[in-house]
Amino acid sequence: MHKSFNFSDRDGLINLLTRIGRNWAIIFLLIELIFFSVTGTGYFSLLNFQNILVASTTVMLLAVGQTFVIITGGIDLSVGFIVGFSGVICAKTMVTLVAAGASQILSIPVGITVALIFGLVPGLVNGLLVAKLRVPAFIATFGMYGVAYGVAEIISGNVPVHNLPPAVGFIGNGYLLYYLPGKLSLFRMPDNLAPEELKLAVGIVPNVVIIALFLILIFTFILSRTRFGQHTYAIGGNMEAAKRAGINVSRHLIKIYMISSFFAASAGIIYVMKFVTGRADAGSARMLDAVSAVVIGGASLFGGTGTILGTVIGALIIACLEIGLVNLAIPTFNLYIAVGAILIFAVLVDQFFPEITYKK
Amino acid sequence: MDPILEIKNITKKFGGLTAVDDFNMHLSPGEVLGLLGDNGAGKSTVIKMISGVYPPTKGQIYFQGKEIKIQNPMDALNMGIETIYQDLALAENLNVYSNIFLGREKLKKSLGLFNILDHDYMLAESKTVLKGLDIEIPSLKNKIAMLSGGQRQAVAISRSIYWDAKLLIMDEPTAALGVAEQQKVLDLVRTLKTQNVPVIIISHQIHDVFSVADRLVVMRRGKKVGERIVKETNPDEVVGLIVGSVEG
Repeated sequence: MHKSFNFSDRDGLINLLTRIGRNWAIIFLLIELIFFSVTGTGYFSLLNFQNILVASTTVMLLAVGQTFVIITGGIDLSVGFIVGFSGVICAKTMVTLVAAGASQILSIPVGITVALIFGLVPGLVNGLLVAKLRVPAFIATFGMYGVAYGVAEIISGNVPVHNLPPAVGFIGNGYLLYYLPGKLSLFRMPDNLAPEELKLAVGIVPNVVIIALFLILIFTFILSRTRFGQHTYAIGGNMEAAKRAGINVSRHLIKIYMISSFFAASAGIIYVMKFVTGRADAGSARMLDAVSAVVIGGASLFGGTGTILGTVIGALIIACLEIGLVNLAIPTFNLYIAVGAILIFAVLVDQFFPEITYKK
Repeated sequence: MDPILEIKNITKKFGGLTAVDDFNMHLSPGEVLGLLGDNGAGKSTVIKMISGVYPPTKGQIYFQGKEIKIQNPMDALNMGIETIYQDLALAENLNVYSNIFLGREKLKKSLGLFNILDHDYMLAESKTVLKGLDIEIPSLKNKIAMLSGGQRQAVAISRSIYWDAKLLIMDEPTAALGVAEQQKVLDLVRTLKTQNVPVIIISHQIHDVFSVADRLVVMRRGKKVGERIVKETNPDEVVGLIVGSVEG
């Protein structure tokens, strides 16, 4: 009796440790939030949390697309420059249309559509290279990384694309709700505000966050509930098994790289909406953050595991840290050290608790 | 009884190498056939031609009385030719029932709009098929990575049976297993026999084959060198055929 009691005690401890190991990312995020809320000024506020969400959108979108790729055991390095590539195409299309006399209402959706269509092309090429021509994902997408950047620079003529229709910034920097004591309005500031009232008005839920959330929810559904998602995991778990089970693995992989490209293109369009500029190098610094977010979120680079919720937490860890360091006036290059350290820690956890990834 | 599978004059060349040379074989309903031979004798190549992995260079395959052309593994699966490979072909990161339904997932409508995975259905069906084969696995929601080699083998076999295998091919089914588990897998083959499922077994373990098979076909260097009814031969003679010291 005594002995078995001891056993279950130890099991309890192991269970507890395993549970912490499995959920370390969310625990880490909470600690981060508490730490910065205590030490920073104005960190614990609605405005600041909205800033964190806005700051995280690029990484989050890239990372969600990257999650699909990493689950299949691949990697997509090209996304960093697909952001700039599709952003430049988006901006250039809008500027050209407006210059040709088209209305804003026409040129903005056309610019977005054109950018999304062209944004899928690098993904299609990546997918064909990886799935049909057996080029290692690292090489194929690294090559595409350079190509996308070069093409973006050619399109933009080596200068940022300016003179976008003003409504672009209105959408990109707007909010779902504006709140002023006694007044609430949807999508735009209440009309006829006095300048001092204008200062008091608070935007709630940034538009870009809604767009990102919408896309993320759709693809969370696809990954976790549909046959497509199931096949994504199967390919990452055992590609040979997937083939023998009759899954068209090449076609599936092409779609996967196109999803990643789609998210990068969306991030590029959102960048244009936010900064009212198209830059060829817009997302380049974010590619490694995106891979880090996926790995921190529990996906294994060997494939077969990973969730979008985990990736979102990973992206939030990076964004909270980024905003927190700014808040404490710590130079941002420290962010690279911190993200790098967390990334390595994430991989170590993965190695020390290998059963974590399979027992869910 | 008409054979369920008949292979006539089949040849497979890889460039200048002839892996299988003018090979003939047949299998009757409910029969367990052992395909034996040394490494490189061409057993696996024969199997891969039947299961659609390689197209034959020459020759014909008849299945259920009709000549068939198998272009890819899916063709073979659709005809009811199920193969259980040495390396099992299970996705270790997925659970038991997801593997049984891999590639043929059961879907249901969500909100009348989207097709989503019907986990309840797949779990219930998988339980039934495992029960029918007397297989015990603690939870079908466990990932394959947590199962023993024998349990994995059982999952792979259940998958074939669930999908109405008309012919089951097993490539080294006992190779990676402990002794107790080997026995369980062989018992499972006997169960299949009682359910009238024809089985082709490739194995290096001659004693395993002797304990379950009705008939043996021995290959050497891509050719059939002998064929024996198990009851009328002994392991020594068969080893002789495999190594070439006994003429077929």
